[in-house]
Amino acid sequence: MAPHIENAELAVELSGLSKAYGDHLAVNKLDLTIPKGEIFGLLGPNGAGKTTTILMMLGLTEPTSGVVRVLGLDPARNALEIKRRVGYMPDDLGFYEDRSGLDNLIYTARLNGLSGEAARESAKRLLERVGLSAAGGKKVGAYSRGMRQRLGLADVLIKRPEMIILDEPTLGIDPKGVSELLELITRLSKEEGITVLLSSHHLQQVQQICDRVGLFVSGRLVACGGLEELSKSLEEQHAVIVEVEVDGWTEELRRELEALEGVASIRHVAEHPNGRQTAAEVACSSDLTAKIAGAVVAKGAGLLGIRRRSYSLDDVYRRYFEGGDTYGH
Amino acid sequence: MDIKALRTKLSGTITSAFQTYAKKEEKPASSSSAFWIMVQKEFGDHIRSWRFAILMGIILLACIGSVYSAVTALRSGSAAEQAEEGFRFLQVFTLSDGTLPSFISFVTFLGPLMGIALGFDAINTERSKGTLSRLVSQPIYRDDILKAKFVSTLLVIAVAILALGLLVMGLSLIVIGYPPTAEEVWRVLLFLLTAIVYVGFWLNLSILFSVRFRQATTSALAGISLWIFFSVFYSMILNLIAKGAAPSSTAGTEEVMDYQRLMMMLNRLSPSELFNEANMTLLMPSVRSLGPLTMEQVVGALPSPLPLGQSLLLVWPQLTGMIAATMICFGLSYLLFMRQEIRSRS
Repeated sequence: MAPHIENAELAVELSGLSKAYGDHLAVNKLDLTIPKGEIFGLLGPNGAGKTTTILMMLGLTEPTSGVVRVLGLDPARNALEIKRRVGYMPDDLGFYEDRSGLDNLIYTARLNGLSGEAARESAKRLLERVGLSAAGGKKVGAYSRGMRQRLGLADVLIKRPEMIILDEPTLGIDPKGVSELLELITRLSKEEGITVLLSSHHLQQVQQICDRVGLFVSGRLVACGGLEELSKSLEEQHAVIVEVEVDGWTEELRRELEALEGVASIRHVAEHPNGRQTAAEVACSSDLTAKIAGAVVAKGAGLLGIRRRSYSLDDVYRRYFEGGDTYGH
Repeated sequence: MDIKALRTKLSGTITSAFQTYAKKEEKPASSSSAFWIMVQKEFGDHIRSWRFAILMGIILLACIGSVYSAVTALRSGSAAEQAEEGFRFLQVFTLSDGTLPSFISFVTFLGPLMGIALGFDAINTERSKGTLSRLVSQPIYRDDILKAKFVSTLLVIAVAILALGLLVMGLSLIVIGYPPTAEEVWRVLLFLLTAIVYVGFWLNLSILFSVRFRQATTSALAGISLWIFFSVFYSMILNLIAKGAAPSSTAGTEEVMDYQRLMMMLNRLSPSELFNEANMTLLMPSVRSLGPLTMEQVVGALPSPLPLGQSLLLVWPQLTGMIAATMICFGLSYLLFMRQEIRSRS
């Protein structure tokens, strides 16, 4: 039976996807498309339904309703074919602890149809690639968290996938390890043209490497797009924020600033122990950076720093997740 | 010119044939080979594990003990009345001098332990270690995981039991210096086969528990309690029922027969009873029937041992029963496992 290909350019196509566990709706009418070759970040707090969505893509759990197409294939019918072409790294991945990293990789390779010798070859090559060639002979039980994660990446790549799905790949590793891992993922994606779908609740990391992100809150995709796109949508609705750092902050200066046309509010952020240096956030309806700077200098205070805040994903994230239930419902 | 054209054509055909061959080579291996790879890996895991070493230690000790006990019994001549019928060699497996149980009672008792110990964490440890979710995301059929677990462990068990059985045979050959006949060898081999089926049942039961219970300890406990139930409490319960259901002393033959049949039926619900009946018949050729015999049936029968074929016919239902119980357990675990959602470590 020839698998039915709907759109060859799309790696993932979800429409109206829902999954219910009893009364609880884990995923609610999800529509999402990911083109081939993209790094897509699925961002959301714990329990938002990210893992459930991923499981449905791989045919590891059945959707309650809706359509899933991965590489043009239906997971309910061609699960084996999808698993052959898509690598999946679970969030809390485990290895056979009393076997070496190399053995673990060889096992996966052989399950994917490589013969004994070829499996050993490619396992060694991948260990080198993820920087574990020295530790390849050690038992996985002795691996650190970061090493496991890298081994996991090798494990996913050994089947030469067209797409990899990484569920919380950065969970529990130190910042240096995170940036190394992410760099590795980016390099692999660009060099080999692999589509990457990674889920995370750590936005800074996702922000670094993703082409596009989808924000996921309680089973719904509340926003989706490139970083600029998301920031823009945020800016339109929000006031401009100017961060200012002043040496010699006074109440008078505060009043002066508040009196400026267009300033909505001033928020004290931090005060230096010596009581003079202060950081503040000024919310205004338009870009008043220059005027604020002028006002501060005119008052005779020392202007230590001023910048107009550009929206990072952080703000987007905070707005959607910490803004409470008012969004996306 | 013709020849040249032919040659080009021929070489072209050969090249294309090679290419198709090469393509076939490249094709990902079929799922059956993935199955055998899993079996290989599981088999290796078992052999290397401490658990297996400990189990083998216990069973080896039991074997040596039972041979010793059988040999002392043989020497003291307690088997004289049976010995005249031949099959003296088989008595190594069934005889005991009273200090230690015989080989078959050791196998009846320790076999389930072996099955449970090798199977109780088959699925749930993979789940709790997070390897199951990695495994199911590989291009393999999910039922292959379950089948591979079962087949590999059964292979380990088969190797162990055959090795032990042959070890006991060899040991007794040295000690009593009395060679077995061909029929005796067959009977021992068939007995070992029944033992494998019996342990296979317990293995499957514990795999079922390992699918059902998320905690390895819970599933081990469930298996062990069932084992204790059948080996200790079941006969006690049967005794109670027997007392209650016993016909009065004035009851007719029909009533007594009905009662006997009922008790036997209940007894045979226990897998260890089935195994007992099977190995008794196989190792004691003088056993002619497993049910009650009326006087009419016994009249005219020669008190000679049964030939192998007849003994086999006699235990066929027991063997079928054990295999059926194994199948039921496997079917249930299959059903449970295929429906389960596998998330990492939950």
